[in-house]
This record gives sequence, structure tokens and C-alpha cells, in this order.
Amino acid sequence: MDIHEYQAKEILAEYGVKISDGGLAYSPVEAVQRAREINSNNWVVKAQIHSGARGKAGGIKICKTHDEVERAAEELLGKKLVTHQSGPEGKICSRVYIEAGTNINKELYLCFLIDRSSERIVMVGSTQGGMEIEKLAKTNPELIFKVYIEPAVGLQDFQARTMAFALGLKDAKLLQHSVKTIKGCYRSLRDLDANMLEINPLVVTNNNELVALDAKMSFDENALFRRHKIAELRDKTQSDHREVAAAEHGLSYVGLNGDIGCMINGAGLAMATMDMIKLVGGEPANFLDVGGGASAERTEKAFRLVLADKNVKAFLVNIFAGINRCDWIAEGVVQAIKNIDMKIPLVVRLSGTNVAQGRKIIAESKLPIIIAETLAEAAEKVVQARNEKVAKGS
Amino acid sequence: MSILINEKTRIIVQGFTGKIGTFHAEDMIKYGSNVVGGVTPGKGGQKHLDLPVFNTVKEAVNKAGAEASIIFVPPAFAADSIMEAADAGIKYCVAITDGIPTQDMMTVKSYLRRFPIDKRMLLTGPNCAGTISPGRSMLGIMPGHIYIQGNVGIIGRSGTLGYEAADQLRMLGIGISTSVGIGGDPITGSSHRDILEKFESDPETKVVLMIGEIGGPQEVEAGVFSKNYLSKPLIAYIAGLTAPEGKRMGHAGAIISSAGESAAEKVALLKDLGVTISATPSDMGKTVSEVLAKLK
Repeated sequence: MDIHEYQAKEILAEYGVKISDGGLAYSPVEAVQRAREINSNNWVVKAQIHSGARGKAGGIKICKTHDEVERAAEELLGKKLVTHQSGPEGKICSRVYIEAGTNINKELYLCFLIDRSSERIVMVGSTQGGMEIEKLAKTNPELIFKVYIEPAVGLQDFQARTMAFALGLKDAKLLQHSVKTIKGCYRSLRDLDANMLEINPLVVTNNNELVALDAKMSFDENALFRRHKIAELRDKTQSDHREVAAAEHGLSYVGLNGDIGCMINGAGLAMATMDMIKLVGGEPANFLDVGGGASAERTEKAFRLVLADKNVKAFLVNIFAGINRCDWIAEGVVQAIKNIDMKIPLVVRLSGTNVAQGRKIIAESKLPIIIAETLAEAAEKVVQARNEKVAKGS
Repeated sequence: MSILINEKTRIIVQGFTGKIGTFHAEDMIKYGSNVVGGVTPGKGGQKHLDLPVFNTVKEAVNKAGAEASIIFVPPAFAADSIMEAADAGIKYCVAITDGIPTQDMMTVKSYLRRFPIDKRMLLTGPNCAGTISPGRSMLGIMPGHIYIQGNVGIIGRSGTLGYEAADQLRMLGIGISTSVGIGGDPITGSSHRDILEKFESDPETKVVLMIGEIGGPQEVEAGVFSKNYLSKPLIAYIAGLTAPEGKRMGHAGAIISSAGESAAEKVALLKDLGVTISATPSDMGKTVSEVLAKLK
């Protein structure tokens, strides 16, 4: 789960990381009010969206007067910002963060994340702040410095100093401040079950202070049951509304740009089915894992979710019943179709436990359901059905 | 032979008396697995499914000779249960639980590393369907009847896609030595590579099918191992060709977050390492059968 910059900064401040004076605004009037409260002669108005690369997309504006702050807030609020990380549909900006301008001497990069290969938290730093780290990793990997942290022992001071020296933070006062900052970041990650914390840039100011100028934090969804305060920071406007609706029903859904809707049990089989659709010339409209206990009620919710996407021209259900039984699933599908006025072709492929009974229920329902036996056959039939539907011009 | 489990393996169920634990324990017993009891703290001394319930894993090891354990404990307590099993001297543990926090798994792995290798419990999962040595023992939640006994080793991150593969093989009359689900989480007990090592030393396993997906480095690590050390053919299918970058595809670990983690990149790297690729998910069985035919 991602959170906004201002929320991440509030967390970091509690852990002893220095941030600039700032305040949140939902309207241009509030933005000016925040600017008045901040003792500075210039301000930065920053769009709060769950995406990086906001600067290039016009989401960060430097202002010298209160009028400029008002105009900047007016421009940003309610607008969809498309950055090269947000996807073409962009992210809606419904709040702005007003911050005191900072005199920057040096821009650095600092990030903590869970490294899957070493199964440890890795701290990544670079003297090339403000750049995208993925690009830097390709062009100048020697400028990226990593420190691995042993989970049983935690981050040690010497490791924080090693990183500080690698970032060129050598003078005594700055070194001490760096150790405090780095350790604070690590503690926030550990205490709050974050997967990732990125400060880009971390800046050295003209007054020789270390300030987190931007902050991005992402949290482990599986740990939210024990991080209630973090769970409250979720901003649903930043996620695809279909994904939000699916999550509310305990379904795992990802919307895509194709026109073949699908419902599958199990994440791996779902990805494989989508691959198969693509390999026979179709484009999947979504990923949808209904999970192990696909009851009739759940099946109907899943159907409604997929059909809410008006692009969908054909529908494929692929269930491999393990714990489930194909006859139960078939009954669920038949019931769902009777309840929903479905106007597009449906292909159903069942396998596993009680497959013969399942197919029989579907055949006897007399509903216009196309039955497929294998994965390849299912994909071919749904693509064919989609093509016929499109050819009819409906 | 098979790897990890056989008909003799003495199994306990952690989270034995719960609804899910009970359902699958019954299923495993029906399959013929040698289930010798279970653990539910506070219910020690009772009988459940005609088997003894213990308060601690240690007691189950001492009194029932437990060697392997399967975990159905809810996510918040699962890491604790895994570490208890490791401490008690369980040799092999399957964690079925989906939804364990990643940092808990980091702690589990760090705890396991403290044991000398010969005393270290092997863990597969979490978030997996378990392990089956067909005709011998099932330590998992899979539909046992789709697996027939034979010479193909299977390693997979996904449950139902693993069933799909087993079913394709069954249709072709091809059997399986052992099928191991390693789970869909970002940090898992064992990697593809760890299980490949086990299959390498199993004389019954002639070829290995690796079912991977987007996210993480482990399929390619297994490919490197296969190139350098594996004497048996390795076949792979990688799911997630159509998965967009930065989106979690159901499994906590199925997300493309850095270079080399997409299906296309993994397939290209594995090809370079000499791994036979099943180009589509419906060709897994056919590809294995072709490779087997060449061995004869």
C-alpha cells in the first residue's frame, strides 16, 4: 500500500528525520493559509499523488508570492496528472502540500527496501540524488552503494556511517546527523512493516543540514492487520476504482486494456490463462483471482465486476477445482448468469474434482455457455467468440 | 524414491483442530499420508480425528516421533509456528498459510540460518499448495487424484497452475516423483534452486519441470544452477507475459519491480542458460513428454 509524500514525511519526522516546514491543503484558500503559516519567502506547492516523477509532469511548482501559491493550487487541485510512472490514465490530485523552499547545496539518494534475493533489508545510496535510480543503475552502476542489514541484529552505527561516508557526508556535525537520519529511516521501516522507503532527493542545505525533500513509502498489505494507523492512510482515489471494489469483496483484480474478461481461481493459473489468450491473438481485459472458495455469491460478484468494464466483449471462466468441486462452481456460474443479464459470449472450462458433474450441470442449464476442455481450447474459443461478436458490430 | 516425503514420513498438523486444519488433515489421511497427530496449544491431551493432540511441537516430536509438519495457522501467528517446528527438531515443514507479513518471513529465515545445515529444518511455502509424492504421501491441499506416480519432478510457485501441469501430464500418462509448491510470497522457505538440488540427488527423478512467474530473481538463479550442476534436463514455463509492470498479480511476490523480473526477460535468460522452455501454459505436458522421449 502506497501513501502520500506528506504522510511519509509526518512518519519520518517522528523518527527524527528532518523535513522542511509544510502543511496540507484541499483548496487554494487553504493553500494560501498554509503559506502564511510557514515562515519563508518562497514556497513549493506539491501535488499529492501516488506517483514519482511529478516534477516533469508539472506537479511541483515553486512560488514567490501568496498569489502564486493560490494560482499553483488552483491549477493542481482536481487535475489528473500523467507522469511516466502513473500510467496513461494518470492520477487525480485532490490535495496539495505547501512547503518552505529549501536552499540546496547537494542532492543525494537514499532508499531502504526488502531485497528478495538476500532476504534482508538493503540500504541503497547514491551521490546522484534527484535522478531515477533504475536509469542510474543501467548507466552508472558504480555510483550506487548498498549496505545489507542482518535482520536479527538490525542496522548498526558503523553501517550508517559507511553509508554516510559513501554519500560524501564527512564533516563531524553532518556525520552525526546522517547517522541519526539513516537509523530513523530504518526504524520506521521495521516498526511499521514498510516494504520500501525512498528519499529522493535527500539534500544537504546551505546551512549544512540534512533534509528529506521528498519521501515515498510503501507498506506490506499482509501486515496491515497489525498497523491500524497505517491502514487508515489509504487513499482510495489513487487506485483503480475497479481494484478497490474488488478488494472490498476479497477478490484480487487488476484492470488491463484488452476486451476479453476473465475469472480464474489461483494467481498462477490466472496469469497463465491470460498468457494463453494473448498467444492465440486476444487481449485480456483483466486479471481476476476468485480464490479457493469460489461460492455462488462470490462468483456472481466476480462476474459483475468484470462486466462493469464496458470494453469486455467475451468472458472466459477457467477453474481448476482442488479444494473446490466443479459441480459447486458450475452451479455458481449458472446462478450468476441467471441473475445477471449477460449479453456477451461466455466460455467455461472446468477441470479437477467432479469435472463430469460440473459439465453436466452447465449442459443441462440450457444457457448459451460454450464449454471447453483444455486451457488452449478455452482460449481459442473465447477469442473466436470475441471476434464473432466484434464482426457482428455489436 | 521421491524427495522430501514418502509413505513412512511421520506427519503432524499445526493448527490441527481448526476448520481448515481438520478438513485437510482428513484429506491427507484418506490419501494415505502417515499423519501421527497434531498441535493446538491449550488442547493437548485431547483426541482429534482419532489422533493425539499436543500442546507443543516438541511434545509431538518426543511422543509421536513427528518428522514433518504442515501449517494451517492464521497469518498473524504462522511465523511463530514455523520457528517452533524448527526448534523442536522437525526436519521438513510445509507452510500453507497465505498472508504472512514479509518481515515475519525475514525473521523466520534469519532464525533458520542459525541452525547448522545438518540440523536445519527445510521449509517450503508459505502461500503454497504443499508437497506430494504420488502414491506415497501428500503433505498439502492439492487434489491428490490428479497426480500419478512417475519420474517427473515439479517445482512451482502457484497452486492451481501446478494442478494444471500435473493434469496435463496425467492425460499423457506421465507420472510424477514429487511435486513441490514453493509458494507465491516474496520471501519463501525454499527457492526453485533449493528444490532442484534435492531433485538432482533423487535417482527416480529423470527430468524437472519448473513453473515460475513474474517477480524476483529465483527462476534465473535456478537456471544458473541447472547450467552448472544439474545433470537432468530442466523444463520451465514462466507465467505473466501479459502482466503490467508494478502491479501485483494476486501473489504477494508476483510483481515486476525491477529489471529482469518480467516473464519475457526470464524466458530469454533461461533459454541462454540452456533450459527448455514451454512456450505456452498448455504445452507444459507436451514439452515434458518430448524431453522424456529424447532420454530414451
